[in-house]
Amino acid sequence: MNKLRFFWHKVGPVVTVLLVIIAIWYVATVWLNSAWAYDKAKRADTTISFSQMVSDTMIQDKPLLPAPHQVIKEIYKTTVLKKVTSKRSLIWHGWITLSATLLGFAFGTTFGILLAIGIVYSRAMDMSVMPWVITSQTIPILAVAPMIIVVLNAVGISGLLPKAIISMYLSFFPVVVGMVKGLRSPDQMQIDQMRTWSASKNSSFWKLRLPSSMPYLFASLKIGIAASLVGAIVGELPTGAVAGLGARLLAGSYYGQTIQIWSALICAAILAASLVAIIGTIEKYTLRRMGIQL
Amino acid sequence: MTWIVFALFFWITMWILNVRLANAGRNRIINLIVPALFGISLLVLWEGFVRGLNISPILLPTPSAIAIRFSTSIPILWVDFVQTFVKGALSGYVIGCSAAFLTAIAVDKSSFLKRGLLPVGNFVAALPIIGMAPILVMWFGFDWHSKSAVVVVMVFFPMLINTVAGLSAKDTIQNDLMQTYGASYWQSLFKLSLPAAMPFIFNGLKICTTLALIGAIVSEFFGSPTRGMGFRISTEVGRLSLDMVWAEITVAALAGSTFYGMMALIEKGITFWHPSQRS
Repeated sequence: MNKLRFFWHKVGPVVTVLLVIIAIWYVATVWLNSAWAYDKAKRADTTISFSQMVSDTMIQDKPLLPAPHQVIKEIYKTTVLKKVTSKRSLIWHGWITLSATLLGFAFGTTFGILLAIGIVYSRAMDMSVMPWVITSQTIPILAVAPMIIVVLNAVGISGLLPKAIISMYLSFFPVVVGMVKGLRSPDQMQIDQMRTWSASKNSSFWKLRLPSSMPYLFASLKIGIAASLVGAIVGELPTGAVAGLGARLLAGSYYGQTIQIWSALICAAILAASLVAIIGTIEKYTLRRMGIQL
Repeated sequence: MTWIVFALFFWITMWILNVRLANAGRNRIINLIVPALFGISLLVLWEGFVRGLNISPILLPTPSAIAIRFSTSIPILWVDFVQTFVKGALSGYVIGCSAAFLTAIAVDKSSFLKRGLLPVGNFVAALPIIGMAPILVMWFGFDWHSKSAVVVVMVFFPMLINTVAGLSAKDTIQNDLMQTYGASYWQSLFKLSLPAAMPFIFNGLKICTTLALIGAIVSEFFGSPTRGMGFRISTEVGRLSLDMVWAEITVAALAGSTFYGMMALIEKGITFWHPSQRS
């Protein structure tokens, strides 16, 4: 009984908010698409009643704002009904974006951790690199994305790697900041303890600093993976809409296929949510094995 | 070859100097000199390698070429800056952040709404919202209004989450004290909750500066009038005049850093009492 109440305490409000959002979406659909519905009726020299107008706004081909069920139908059509290898399959496009995301995320995480170790152990590096790491994030890298892609294309590097580089640039920053904080999180007493055991620099890194940085690492990994998905999507824009979720967005915007844009968007959202959830699960498992209470 | 050797030599010298300086001690001047020297040595390294390896300016222009291009095309850069930053990013930033701020204050009154909106807001903040850009460009047209709308959507949720988190940062004991004083809702809002929330609010404001610039530039890729930083970048990349692109990137970097720095300065002035500001 208690569990049930707890469940409603947490889930109830979220569900309510989601229902309200969907309701607002439907109202907005009617409101935004009504002009087109009336216009169509006027050209056909008929007048339509309010209920006819409402039903028309839900079934337009290229609505200003598609209704939620239209988007869901489109997603169903392009994931379940299409073969995975088909170029119309959202799963195929999603996989292309996902592979760039994961590659860039792996690069970014490795680079970020190495940089953080350098910063923690070398004073000179801390003072000279850290300010630039922070400045690097005030540069809108996404604006540079088209150039990176075009230039790398000119050198002969195309496909996955250019997108992964943009993802890497976006995802290394949270990892550096989180890991520097994490590697410095052991307090003086613990460091002194390592010294009384006459632990080498190496073993105090593996046995004290690294384990105590884990909670920080996972927190930044969650931010990093969401950022690298954004990077991969934007990286797909300038290649001329060949493949990937970003390409679906661009193609949709060229041809006014709003339903296609929204379905790509929802797909990206689902992808982002599941990536973050996967890291959250790994985090929970790892930290529990390490004996850290969440 | 001499260029490469010179660049490497310069870089190593600078690095040794930096190590010396960093180990010598810490004061204001050294804290500024060390990163500055590092930045300069990176630029020299870049210049030396591009010249030494004969890399085509179509692939990677030298810093000096970019600097020349920058100084000769200031009028164009200014027009782009006004279009993208002042009209698009700044207006969206102000609208988005104030809307999120007001929403957060409204949400804070109800614990039901807070429990419902926070998870949803956290989720939305992790989404690739930039994907909304083509839709908003379709709705609001090619001019700066659509860029502003993209920025509003992008900054809203990070700002909302941070403000809501900030408004619950006050201690129960402080809240109780307000109650014993018989403070009204508005009094305790202005005298306790808002000041206590300031570090969080500024955290949100700082995150949003970068997001605003990114949103304004990227949404220009989906359609824009014939000026603007995003427009210039995408067309000049097409014409392979990369020095112009880099000049535009320099403007973006300067604008982004200044914007961020201003927010950090204001934060320092307002939240001087917070531990993170006292060193």
